Amino acid sequence: MVPTSYYLILGAVLFCIGIASFLIRRNIITIFMSIELMLNAVNLTFVAFAHMWGQVAGQIFVFFVMVVAAAEAAVGLAIIIALFRVRQTLNVDQVNLLKN
Amino acid sequence: MIHLSAFQIFLLLTVLKIAVVLVITLTAVAYTVLLERKVLGRMQNRWGPSRVGPFGLLQPLADGIKLFLKEDLMPLAVERPLFVAAPVIALACALISISMVPFGAETTYQGVDLFQIANINVGLLIILGVTSIGVYGIALSGWSSNNKYSLFGSLRSTAQVISYELALGLSLVGVILRAGSLSLRDIVNSQSAHGARSWNIFGGLQIVGFFIYLMAAYAETNRSPFDLPEAESELVAGYHTEYSSMKFAMFFMAEYANMITVACVATLLFFGGASSPFGHLTDHLFATGFIHAVLPIFWFVFKVFSFILLYIWVRATLPRFRYDQLMGFGWKFLLPLAMVNILATALVLAFRS
Amino acid sequence: MQIALFTIFGLLAVIAALNMLLQRHPINSALSLVVVMMSLAVLYWSLGAEFLAAAQIIVYAGAVMVLFVFVVMLLNAGEEQRTKGSKIASIAGFPGAAAIFCLLTFIFLKNRAALGNTQLSGLYNGAESNLTRIAHALFTNLLLPFEVTSVLVLVAILGAVVLARKEL
Repeated sequence: MVPTSYYLILGAVLFCIGIASFLIRRNIITIFMSIELMLNAVNLTFVAFAHMWGQVAGQIFVFFVMVVAAAEAAVGLAIIIALFRVRQTLNVDQVNLLKN
Repeated sequence: MIHLSAFQIFLLLTVLKIAVVLVITLTAVAYTVLLERKVLGRMQNRWGPSRVGPFGLLQPLADGIKLFLKEDLMPLAVERPLFVAAPVIALACALISISMVPFGAETTYQGVDLFQIANINVGLLIILGVTSIGVYGIALSGWSSNNKYSLFGSLRSTAQVISYELALGLSLVGVILRAGSLSLRDIVNSQSAHGARSWNIFGGLQIVGFFIYLMAAYAETNRSPFDLPEAESELVAGYHTEYSSMKFAMFFMAEYANMITVACVATLLFFGGASSPFGHLTDHLFATGFIHAVLPIFWFVFKVFSFILLYIWVRATLPRFRYDQLMGFGWKFLLPLAMVNILATALVLAFRS
Repeated sequence: MQIALFTIFGLLAVIAALNMLLQRHPINSALSLVVVMMSLAVLYWSLGAEFLAAAQIIVYAGAVMVLFVFVVMLLNAGEEQRTKGSKIASIAGFPGAAAIFCLLTFIFLKNRAALGNTQLSGLYNGAESNLTRIAHALFTNLLLPFEVTSVLVLVAILGAVVLARKEL
């Protein structure tokens, strides 16, 4: 017996760690990983709510999030590889050609 | 006699089962190595190991002692924690998936199934998942070794395993469609009605699925003819170039444990698991308790053994693929074939019902 | 039983997530994220979503994160340099994240009674397994979204192939 709210709080903790990581880290791969962490935190919330209502709709939502996350990872990593070929760096601070 | 509660009995029996299965698997791993060396030797017209013990039967023991006593080298430039963790990940993942495998007919004692460690309703998915986690062992070992050859080996291996995982997973869909369940016990039960006639490979017409599974399984376990990650003639020893002593032994054991797992899964999914090839024809001969319980295990071990022999035979026969051939074969041949197989199986099942 | 599972794997997830935040090397961050995902798989299982638990391990831990590790290895990404980062991140970001966290926690704790309790019963109620229900919903009511995601995945594959080509 665990209160549903504990699961939701765990999701909130992970989500906020994801936000913090997104803001602190300068490596584009790690930034991408923090997005995955945030998606996972949201998934946990969905599953907890699905369990609470006794319905599978929440789980199906998580299923779709997983599919989208996999597609996003494939395209995102391809972009990172292309970016690395052009700029020879993974640091987001140095990818600022449009700024100057 | 101490009275135990149901949960304590469950706990005790489960720990016992895990211990027994682990010991048997590790022994089987050691003797699979010997079997491979022996059979390979005979196929290449030489003796194979024959000095230690009668017919070289104690060779695994000697090998084990040798590996234990070797110096455990730790190269200076390695990424230490990952370098140590990689073989552990590889071996653990190879051994975990065997816990889903039902070895014999369903025999319950005090509500605990004796011949299967865990009967989970998504057992097959768990096996696939654990296998895919095993990639980390190889990937990290190559990266943390800080060695070109290791890195090449592990990059090749990662790409190979990810590519062939798709074909492997899709080849199993036909079987799942026929059984209507992901539990390995249910899949075995769905094939045990009429002996060999109702096995998936014959009666289920999953021979195409079996072919795809076989190819993908060779690639997943990095075995010849897909052993590019550790191609001796190109990459020294691939991802385990820098490993020595027990760490190397763990990779070695992981490779053979993976082989055994793959053989077990093939047996369960395509050859009726622990069910007899004669169906219920021989049931009246062995109606009594002990043989009735042990005979299915014999059939299971026999099927796994035949599958491992096939593995060794292929290794002795076929040369190594080139890398582009490997990728082309996986993506352009096996994957479409697996999809056609799924479509055909689904159509047949739909028309039959 | 369930509280033990939740405590162990919830703590493991939080610690691994913090480790991901603090590690300098991308490969260590990636591995910490794998640990987070596997602990989340156990939590999904404890919430009666065994299919999602398996899918989480196969798709996230086994495919997506392997891809990340693969790219880190391929690009030979070293430790990241400490730069100052953007000012807005530190001024608005952290208080913002902390505020979101406090707000969510406050709401969840306040409505604790209304949210109810969870039980470790998903696997054993037996009437209709979670797998059957998901499959039924996916292939009847939600068939169109399901097919649309397959198109999405196809587009993603093509996009990845085009982007990762040598001559861009």
